[in-house]
Amino acid sequence: MSSIEFRKDLFADERDDTLSEIGHPRLRQDILGHVTGRTRYYDDHLFDGLLHMRCVRSPHHHARIRHIDTAAAERMEGVVRIVWPTDVPRNLNTLLSLIGFGRDDEALLSPTKVAYRGEPVLAVIAVTERAAREAVAAVRVDWEVLPHVLDVEEAIAPGAPSVNETYPNNTFDYHERYDHQKLRFGDVEAGFAAADHIVEAEYQMSPIEQAPMETCGAIAAPETNDRYVCHTATQALFFSLGTTAKLLEIASSRLHFIGGTVGGGFGGKVDSITEPMAVLGAMLTGRPVKFMWDREEEMQVGAPRGGERWRIKDGVAADGRIIARSFTGFFDAGAYTRLSSYAIVKGTGHLPGPYTIPNVASNVFCVFTNRTPATAMRGFGITGVDFAIECHMDRVAEAVGVDPVELRILNAYRDGDMKPHRRVAKNCALIECCQVAAAKAGIRLSPEMAAASSLTGGGGARAEIPETATDEVGRIGERRQRAMPTAPLEGATAKRRVPAGTQGSSVGAAAPQRADMAMDPRRVGHRVEDGGYQPVPGRARDASRPAAPAAAPPAASAPMPGANAARPGRDPGPPAAPTAAPPAPPAAPSSSSAPRPPEPKPYEPEQPFQKGIKRPGVSRFLSGTRRR
Amino acid sequence: MTVHKGRGFACINYPIGMNLGGDPSQALVHATPDGKFMVTLSAIDLGQGMKSVTRQIAAEAIGVPIADVYVDTADSDTGPHDMGSFASRGTHRMGNAVIRAATEARAQLLEAAAEELEVDPADLDTDGQGAIHVRGAPGRSITVAETAIAAQFKQGRTLSGRGIFLIPPSQADPETGEMTPVSCYAHAALVVDVEVDDETGVVTVTEINSAYEVGRALNPKLVEQQLVGGAWMGVSHALYETTEPYYPARDHGPVDFNTYLMPGPGEIAPHSIAVLERPAEDAPYGGKGPGEMCANPVLPAIANAVYDAVGVRCDTLPITPEKVLRGIRENGGAQPKGRL
Amino acid sequence: MSKTPVTFTHNGAETAVFVDGGANLLDVLRRGVGDLSPKYGCGQGTCGACTVLIDGAPHLACLVLAEAAAGRRIETTAGLQTGPEPHPLQRHFMEGFAAQCGYCTPGMLMAAKALLDASPNPSREQVIEAISGNLCRCTGYEPIVDAILAAAAEMRGRVA
Repeated sequence: MSSIEFRKDLFADERDDTLSEIGHPRLRQDILGHVTGRTRYYDDHLFDGLLHMRCVRSPHHHARIRHIDTAAAERMEGVVRIVWPTDVPRNLNTLLSLIGFGRDDEALLSPTKVAYRGEPVLAVIAVTERAAREAVAAVRVDWEVLPHVLDVEEAIAPGAPSVNETYPNNTFDYHERYDHQKLRFGDVEAGFAAADHIVEAEYQMSPIEQAPMETCGAIAAPETNDRYVCHTATQALFFSLGTTAKLLEIASSRLHFIGGTVGGGFGGKVDSITEPMAVLGAMLTGRPVKFMWDREEEMQVGAPRGGERWRIKDGVAADGRIIARSFTGFFDAGAYTRLSSYAIVKGTGHLPGPYTIPNVASNVFCVFTNRTPATAMRGFGITGVDFAIECHMDRVAEAVGVDPVELRILNAYRDGDMKPHRRVAKNCALIECCQVAAAKAGIRLSPEMAAASSLTGGGGARAEIPETATDEVGRIGERRQRAMPTAPLEGATAKRRVPAGTQGSSVGAAAPQRADMAMDPRRVGHRVEDGGYQPVPGRARDASRPAAPAAAPPAASAPMPGANAARPGRDPGPPAAPTAAPPAPPAAPSSSSAPRPPEPKPYEPEQPFQKGIKRPGVSRFLSGTRRR
Repeated sequence: MTVHKGRGFACINYPIGMNLGGDPSQALVHATPDGKFMVTLSAIDLGQGMKSVTRQIAAEAIGVPIADVYVDTADSDTGPHDMGSFASRGTHRMGNAVIRAATEARAQLLEAAAEELEVDPADLDTDGQGAIHVRGAPGRSITVAETAIAAQFKQGRTLSGRGIFLIPPSQADPETGEMTPVSCYAHAALVVDVEVDDETGVVTVTEINSAYEVGRALNPKLVEQQLVGGAWMGVSHALYETTEPYYPARDHGPVDFNTYLMPGPGEIAPHSIAVLERPAEDAPYGGKGPGEMCANPVLPAIANAVYDAVGVRCDTLPITPEKVLRGIRENGGAQPKGRL
Repeated sequence: MSKTPVTFTHNGAETAVFVDGGANLLDVLRRGVGDLSPKYGCGQGTCGACTVLIDGAPHLACLVLAEAAAGRRIETTAGLQTGPEPHPLQRHFMEGFAAQCGYCTPGMLMAAKALLDASPNPSREQVIEAISGNLCRCTGYEPIVDAILAAAAEMRGRVA
C-alpha cells in the first residue's frame, strides 16, 4: 500500500498556502469522458470513406535502393494510391529546424538509401487496413546492402560506414566547430592530481520504448475552404503543423490541426511523422486518410529513448568531497538527428548532477548509428546521465567509506553555489529531499548531516568561477581521419586557460507584454527572491529564519507516523475533502535528538510579496524582465 | 538458494522547461455573457492533466471558482501557439501564459465592476466564489455574473485576456558549455528496498520511500498521480524495459507486450511519498513539473540496491535476471553489503 | 469483399451490422456500430484496451471475429452508465484519480465489471488477477485496484 504526505512544514515561509483553487485536489476536467468512454482521441473521429496508409519498410540496417517494383501491389483490390518519395514536395527535414537548430537530414520517405531497419521508402493507400498491408507485402524492393555500424564508439572510429549523408562523420556538428558539446569548469586534471581517490566507471542506458497505450497516428481529411483537417495524437500541435507545412510545401493556414486529447505520450509523439503522412495521403487522394502505427511499428520503428553510454571519472578527497568530475557521454541518435542533438546540450547543462564540484568537464557526442532514430522520452537528456551519476555516487561512497546518503548531502548544491554552466544555483531542495527520504526509510544521519540545509552554507567561495582549462580537441571531421581520445582535455596539445570569473549574461523570462498581464504582487502566492531569500521584515520568528534542517525530519529511528498505516488521499470519500492536503503538516516528526521546528503559522504576510530586488536591471517579479 | 535483501539510495534534480528557452506558450481567456470563463489553448493533455491544471490556474488567477472555468484545447484554429507538452514545460510555460491571460481578463473584470460600483478598480478584490467586493468593505459587492452582463451588454467591454510566456532563446558556449539552461529545478530522493534471489537472479522491489520537491503541488492529486505512476515506470525501466535486449545488436527486439516487459498490478511495491514544496520564483504559483523527474531516481536506486543485496554492479540497463546471475557467478557467489 | 450480416445485443439494444470476412469485433464495434469506447492498443491481444464483455465474460475484441459475436450479448463501457449517475466503478475511478490519459480505462472498467458481476466481494489479489491482462502506462495500477475495491464495497452496501 502506498501513501503520500505533504510536508507543509518545510519551506512554509516561502508559500502562501491559503489560495482558493491552487493546492486543492480538484477532479480532473477530463475524467468523466475517460470513465464513460466518451473521450475522443484522434482515432475516435469517424470519416466516411476512410482510407488507410501503410509503409514499405527496409529490412536492412543500411542499404541502397536499386529498384522498386509496385506492379503487383498496384493491381491488388482496394489499392488506391502508391505514394513515392517524389510525391513529397520537400522531402528532407529535421524536427528542430523550426527553431533553427541543425540541418535537414531525414526524408519522410527515403528516396535512395535507407539507414535503419524499418525506414520507410514507399507508402500504400488502400480502402482497408488489410488491403494496405497486403499491398505493402507485395511491393518488391531490390536492395544493395551496405556495411552498417551499430555501436556508438565504432561509429566514430576512422573508417566506419557513414550513416547519415548530412553528417558524414557520424557525429552531429556542434557550433560549426566540434564533433561534441564541451563543458569546462575549473581544471579536472589538477583536481584528479589533488584527489585521494579516483573512481571511474562506465554506464549504459538501454533504448526504451515510450509505449503509450494509444499508438502514434493521425487522420487527415479535406475540409471545406480548400483546407485539410488533421486529427492527431501529437504532443506538440504546432510542431506537427509546422513540420507538415514545410514537408508538403503547403501554407500553414490551409492546415487545421485538432488534438490535445492523447492516450499517453511519454515523449514518443513529438516526432511529427504521422501527421505529414496522413495529410499527404489526403492531398493525393482527396479523401480521408489514416496513418497509424500498429504496436509492432510503435516498438521497432517509432523512435525510442536512445541508448546512452556514460563514463565518469571522479577525484575525491578523503572526507568524501568530490573535487573533480569528468564525463564522456555518447548519445545513440540512431540514423537521424530528431531531438538527440538538443538532449545533449540539455544533458550538458545538467552536469555534474545536483552537486557542487569545483572542477567539472564533459564531452558529449551525438552519434549516428544504423538503428531506429532516437527521440524524446520522459526525462529526455537527463534520465540516462542521472542513472550514471547516482550509480557512481554509490561507488564513490563505498570507495571513501562514507554513508551513501551523507555523501550526497556533503556534496549537494546549495543556494548561492556556482554551477558548472556558470549560473548561480537557487531554490535548491536536494538536501531536504535526502533528509526526508532517509527519515522515512529509517536511515539515521549524523547530526551534522541532519542539520544541513539548502538555504545555508552555499555561496561564498562556492560561488566563484575558477580559472578554467580548455582544449580544441575534436574539430568536426578530425576524428574520421585518425583515432583520438574522447574524454575531456585528453589529447590536447595546447591547452588554453579561461580566466577565473569569466561569465556571460543570464537570460530570464520576457516581461509581461502589458502591465495588466502582470499579476498583482499580492496574488503571486509565494515569495519572489533574488540573491537569497530575505525574511519578511516584521515577521519575527525565534530566529530570523527557522533552520531548514530542523524542519526536515531528523535522524529519527521511529518510522514516520502515519506512513504505511493510514493512507491519506486514497480514501474513497468525496474528493472535495481529501486528506491529501491536510491543513496541518502531516506526520511532523517527533524527535528527541533535534529541536522541533517552530509550529508553522498560518500564512500571514506582514506586507505583500515584494516585487523588489536588489540588483539593478534585474527581474523584479515572477515572470520578470530578461536578465542580462 | 538464498533471497538477499538490499537497499539503495539515489537523489536527483530536474530542469523544468525546454533547455536554453525559446519555447513560447500562449493562452486566451474570454468570458461568456454571464461571467463564466473559457480558456483556449493548443496545449496537449497526454494524461498528465494539462486541461485540469490550467483550469485551476485560470480560476485562481481570475479569482473565480473552478466550476466557472473550462479549458478548451487543442484546435489550431482557435488555440494560440504552444510549443508542446514535453521537457516538463507544460505547467511552467503554459501555466504562466494562462496566468497572464487570466490576469488581463481579471483587470477588465475589475474595471467593469468598478464602473458599476463607482469605485476605483484598485480597491476591488474577488472572493474566489463568484463575487467582487471593495477591499475592507465586503458589503459593497457585485457578482461576477452581474459584472459580466453589465460589461458586455451595458458598458461595451470585453472580459478577455491574452498571455504569452517566453524565456528568450540563448546558446551554449562551444568552449566552456556556459549556458542558461532553465530557470528552476525539481528535486527528489528515494530509498528502494529489494530482494534478490541468487538462484534465479530475479530482483523484487519490496518498498520505496521517497521525497519529491515540486515547487508547489498545484493539484495534490495530480501530483500524486505523477509520482506513483512515475515510480512505477522507473521500476519498469530499471528491471524490465528495452527495445533492444542485446544492445547494440538489434536482435530479439520486442514487437508486442508479451516480449516488451513491464511490471503488472501484482508487482507493485508499497511506496511512501513525501512531497516538499519550495516555490520557484518564475513558476506559476511556484509549481514545477513533476512528471518527468519522478521516474529518474528509481533507476539508480534499484541498481544500488541490487549491489547492496548481492554485490553485483549492474551498470547496463535493464537489470535482468541474466545480468544479475552472471554477476553473481563472476564474483563467485552473492556478496551482500548491507550498507544502508 | 463479401459482407455478412451479423446481429447481436449491444449494451442491451438489438444491433445488426454487415461485416467483412475476417473483420474483428473491435473494428466492427467502432466503425460499424459507432461505439468508440473500446480502444485499439495493440491489435495483438496483449494490452486489454479493447476489452468488452461477451455474454458477461471479458474478451479482447481485437481477437474476436465479428461473425463469432452473432447472437451474443456484447457490453462495453459506453453502456456502463445506465441512468443519470455514473456506475459506481466509474465514480470511484473518477474520485480515486484512477485514470490519467484514460486510454486503458474503458478496458479496465470492463475487466472490473466482469469481476464484480461474478465476485461481488473480491480480494485485492482477485482484483489484481482480473486486470492483469489490461495494461496501463500512466497510473502504476494501484489507484485502479483501489478504485475497483472501493466500488465493490459500495455496490455490496447497496445490495445489502
